[in-house]
Amino acid sequence: MTTERAVDLQHVCHRYGDNIALDINQIVIERGAFVGLIGPDGVGKSTLLSLLAGARQLQSGELKVLGLDINKRRNRHQLYPRIAYMPQGLGKNLYPTLSVAENLDFFARLFGHGKAQRQQRIAMLLQATGLSAFADRPAGKLSGGMKQKLGLCCALIHDPELLILDEPTTGVDPLSRRQFWQLIAQIRQQQPQLTVIVATAYMAEASQFDHLFAMHAGRILAQGAPQQLCAEQQADTLEQAFLRMLPGHANYQPLDVSHRDHQHNEVAIEAHKLSKKFGDFTAVDNVDFTIHRGEIFGFLGSNGCGKTTTMKMLTGLLEASSGSATLLGQPVQGNSREIRRRVGYMTQQFSLYTELTVEQNLYLHGRLYDVPQAQLKIRVEAMLAQFELRRQRHHYPKEMPLGERQRLSLAVAMIHQPEILILDEPTSGVDPIARDQFWRIILDLAKTQQVTIFISTHFMDEAERCDRISLMHEGRVLVSDTPPAIIAEQAANNLDDAFIRLLEQHIERQASTHDLPLETVINKPAQKSRQFSLQRLWSYSRRESLELKRDPIRLLMAGLGSLILMFVLGYGINMDVNSLTFAVLDRDQTQLSRSYTDSVAGSRYFVERPALHSYAEIDQRMRAGELSLALEIPTDFAKRIARGETVQIGAWIDGAMPVRAETVQGYVQGLHQHWLLEQLQAHGYQVQNPVTIATRFRYNPDVASMPAMMPAVIPLLLLMFPAILTSLSVVREKELGSILNFYVTPTTRLEFLLGKQLPYLAIGTVNFFLLLLQAEWVFGVPLTGSFWLLTFASVLYVVIATAFGFVVSAFVRSQIAALFVTMLATMVPATTFSGMITPVPSLEGIGRWIGEIFPATYEMMIARGVFSKALGFAELGYTLIPLLLAIPIVLGLGVYFLPKQER
Amino acid sequence: MKQTFRNTIYLGLKELRSILRDPMLLMIIVLAFTVIIYSAASSMPESLHKTPIAVIDDDQSQLSKRLVSAFDEPYFLPPEQVASQVADQIMDEGRFTFIVHIPSGFERDILRDDRPELQVIVDATRMSQAFTGSGYIQAILQQTLAEFYAEHHLVSSAQVPVELALRSRFNPELNPSWFASMTEVIGQITMLSLILTGAALLREREHGTIEHLLVMPVTPFEIMLAKVWSMVLVVMVAATLSLIFVVQGILAIPIEGSLWLFAGAMLLHLFATTSMGIFMATFARTMPQFGLLLILVVMPMQILSGGMTPYESMPNMIQVLMSAAPTTHFMQAGQAILFRGASATMIWPHLLALLVIGLSFFMIALARFRKTLATLV
Repeated sequence: MTTERAVDLQHVCHRYGDNIALDINQIVIERGAFVGLIGPDGVGKSTLLSLLAGARQLQSGELKVLGLDINKRRNRHQLYPRIAYMPQGLGKNLYPTLSVAENLDFFARLFGHGKAQRQQRIAMLLQATGLSAFADRPAGKLSGGMKQKLGLCCALIHDPELLILDEPTTGVDPLSRRQFWQLIAQIRQQQPQLTVIVATAYMAEASQFDHLFAMHAGRILAQGAPQQLCAEQQADTLEQAFLRMLPGHANYQPLDVSHRDHQHNEVAIEAHKLSKKFGDFTAVDNVDFTIHRGEIFGFLGSNGCGKTTTMKMLTGLLEASSGSATLLGQPVQGNSREIRRRVGYMTQQFSLYTELTVEQNLYLHGRLYDVPQAQLKIRVEAMLAQFELRRQRHHYPKEMPLGERQRLSLAVAMIHQPEILILDEPTSGVDPIARDQFWRIILDLAKTQQVTIFISTHFMDEAERCDRISLMHEGRVLVSDTPPAIIAEQAANNLDDAFIRLLEQHIERQASTHDLPLETVINKPAQKSRQFSLQRLWSYSRRESLELKRDPIRLLMAGLGSLILMFVLGYGINMDVNSLTFAVLDRDQTQLSRSYTDSVAGSRYFVERPALHSYAEIDQRMRAGELSLALEIPTDFAKRIARGETVQIGAWIDGAMPVRAETVQGYVQGLHQHWLLEQLQAHGYQVQNPVTIATRFRYNPDVASMPAMMPAVIPLLLLMFPAILTSLSVVREKELGSILNFYVTPTTRLEFLLGKQLPYLAIGTVNFFLLLLQAEWVFGVPLTGSFWLLTFASVLYVVIATAFGFVVSAFVRSQIAALFVTMLATMVPATTFSGMITPVPSLEGIGRWIGEIFPATYEMMIARGVFSKALGFAELGYTLIPLLLAIPIVLGLGVYFLPKQER
Repeated sequence: MKQTFRNTIYLGLKELRSILRDPMLLMIIVLAFTVIIYSAASSMPESLHKTPIAVIDDDQSQLSKRLVSAFDEPYFLPPEQVASQVADQIMDEGRFTFIVHIPSGFERDILRDDRPELQVIVDATRMSQAFTGSGYIQAILQQTLAEFYAEHHLVSSAQVPVELALRSRFNPELNPSWFASMTEVIGQITMLSLILTGAALLREREHGTIEHLLVMPVTPFEIMLAKVWSMVLVVMVAATLSLIFVVQGILAIPIEGSLWLFAGAMLLHLFATTSMGIFMATFARTMPQFGLLLILVVMPMQILSGGMTPYESMPNMIQVLMSAAPTTHFMQAGQAILFRGASATMIWPHLLALLVIGLSFFMIALARFRKTLATLV
């Protein structure tokens, strides 16, 4: 075993724009250490960890991980299989639509395990974490605790030497939390060389680490063993010690929580056998509780245990499946406005309008709650004062720190002076100081204003501040009492222990799975990562296909988008103009004049409408759009012709739509000439020109739209849709954060892109055949040339199109931008510069240049050649060369622009 | 009732504030009604511009040279002389859309009255160019030949003395940019109203504020109506300004009819499209999904509404189908008002259709919106 340090960091500084996120002189972590990073959100913990994992690019300073300089690409490639990284956020590195087993399978393949080994490892990890029973459940539908366990499984699948966990237990129930740490302890026991670095915001958890780094504002405030830190600050708890380290809080005293007695007379909230089912799933199961006026009632439980659902039923957002609930003596089901005016609600996400200022948010909510105009201003000012938001009145929520946003959110919920406040995890993610401040307000509201407060939380210290608490697990309330009573009843040291005992009692009835030996799981040598691995590529392909299969909208787009659009374009961009309406103002009414009218009416282009009688009528009917053409035959038409006088026939064309008008002009002139010739022939003249001009329309003798349109539409659709899909597939991962898995695994850029490309290439090819069939069967445009040439060229073309999407994806951050930018970047050159309407040689300047190199030009030539000109490899084979050349170029650009690290 | 009205106003004002605070959306709105309109109007592709043309001159006479030199810019590039053997090949490659073949002894045959034949070979896979181009070529050849006949007194003067006086109304020069700019305005109205309402709803969903609204004494009807009126207002103002300043002002395109009537038709149209935006947004969970839906819905609606090719030339089935789309009626009504100066009495069937479509879309969207909200939380 090597004796290098696990982490050796010197003078690292990291900026996001102008903000310094991290500024650290030195961090040294020995191998086998169990290290904690503590500090509230936004102090740079995550940035530091992502740098250690190689997920983020080092901006300045030196960083050696496991003895290797992480700034070198070659080193990173060697390190990926030796490091495991679990990013912050519940299930952030998981794929929510994939099942537990599929997620694990994806990671296992990335690290080069054989099939047998893979299955064995997956089975063991699942058993060790108690997830076996849920192997087929989509990761997105797991509870918070299970998600984190699965995340850990995914991280452990390749047997790392360094395990980096970013807030792994945030949002997880106490039992799962304890199980999680037990699991880590077991693994460390089996593998003493394993270094574990954990970031956490729970001070209560921090005492278990060997060594702590306390962070604030991107710097290390202090480091040392937990006891040492407490001793230095003369504090009883780590939380206290940490708060005292913060600048300006040296004399911090914990919030005084004296339990108050209530005259338990008036009932504010009551639930009776409240249940909620979503399909087969029972989210809330026969829940009962009674909350009195002025009481603070705490609601505890893991994510997904039914807390939020219960709260939503109480607010009337969700209708209960069975049971009943009353607020202030009135049943909730009524959904009446009156009840709502007496309740305030605040959710996890602090749902504020980020586009409105603090003041505007308050005014809007006040108005919607129907606070009388006269009092509104007074109320808003009172809220601003009470929640210490006066200085921020013109600030936007986005610019404010989380703690202030939280206060605003509560102010908004309080604007209408509700008698009941329902607060759903109002303090998640907020630092300890802001939490204290928040609780002071809450306690005050309950005490002085007799507001009933129903609050859910993850924090045990918060739970202890409540008058009474309920613990919820899998939709049931396990216990409901005052905190001291619960502790006493369970004979526990503190609330945390008490809850764990309660949960264990509850779960004992279900099979316990924690006694499995882990050594069989560990101690499997991780395979050496090769430069290019088909297995990793295939792993990405498999995952991409599974995800696509489970996203109906993208699947619809991928499968039918091009067909629908071809159908629409086929009928929409139809150049054939017919069924044109015309009417005649015939002032002559002779046989001759009627023969003129008949010659127009007899053509297949025109449809005759009732005759006209006046100029006013011409005007009126043309304005209404009823007539495309109005003809006027003057009085004495026949007589004057007979006398040899020149007569004029008036023709008015509706010029509103110039394309149509031009066609009408052409038709009318043609019909007029034809009529003149007929008249001459009728009078016995031989009319013949000295020269016949014969126009031969090649390939499409009828000059019909469809045969001309179809070959031009196919290259357009085969470019746009595949490109959009691949571009979305990359940007989607950027947006959801799962791109981290690409950053921290040995997957190379080419593997990543090719892996993602394969499914879309398959879809694109199927689409091509469907388009061919639709062209032939629906639009009656058959292939005349070589089917194989077109197929071969089209497959190459789809490869280019999908690779093109990757190039675009490198330049956009959001999916919606990816969508529109890809659409523009494909459609504009394909319609204007690729010879669709104007041949490339007639283009000038940059357009000509684009046309010459844009692959759609060549696909267009091949499609036209094969569809209409009966050509094959002999005549058009040379156009394949530019397509073949384009593949490595476009794909190379995609690889070149794709970062393997976050910046 | 009064409460409903007030809530709708407040919520709508909030939407307007949101737009003002979203530079991205503002930019899209401004671009859509200025740059895009302008470029659509000014870059309407001329189907004939420096078209490459090839000539097989087997005659090499005075006349044949005269014919060849008759083709010139801006419509045609100077013709390229090619040998008759390669004619098929260059046509297959698609390098030339037109080849004029002058047979050997052409001039001599005319003078001998042997009635020779002049061939124009056209690549008809390029529809629009083939069609217009062959007309131009015919005309150019005819005219050059007519001069030649006249010089050599070859034609008789027998004629029926009837002239055709062709006039086009509403756009006397058949300037394509008139039509392009106005259909673009109409298209952008539809597009933006869908994007804006969809974004307004999805923004609230993504931020979780919609849930917050629902616990307030506010009904789904009020929430939806607020989004509808505010987005209708934004698009109406933007589109009207665009018609006045960009179309009439910068592009100097005359508007025949009453802007007020057009605004009325637009109001009815927007009522339908904003409802549609809400409806679509209830199917999407995120903006990207909404974007995908938008492509699949908007493109057919725009292309088949009669803005690109005449509505009456479409197959019957499509016409029936499209008569349920608001764009179809708005396109017809809009064209009638803007170009032909039609009055309300002439286009009332379209206005009525818009009203009916709008009302039914609103009701459907509201029902769907209520349902989604119930399952959303």
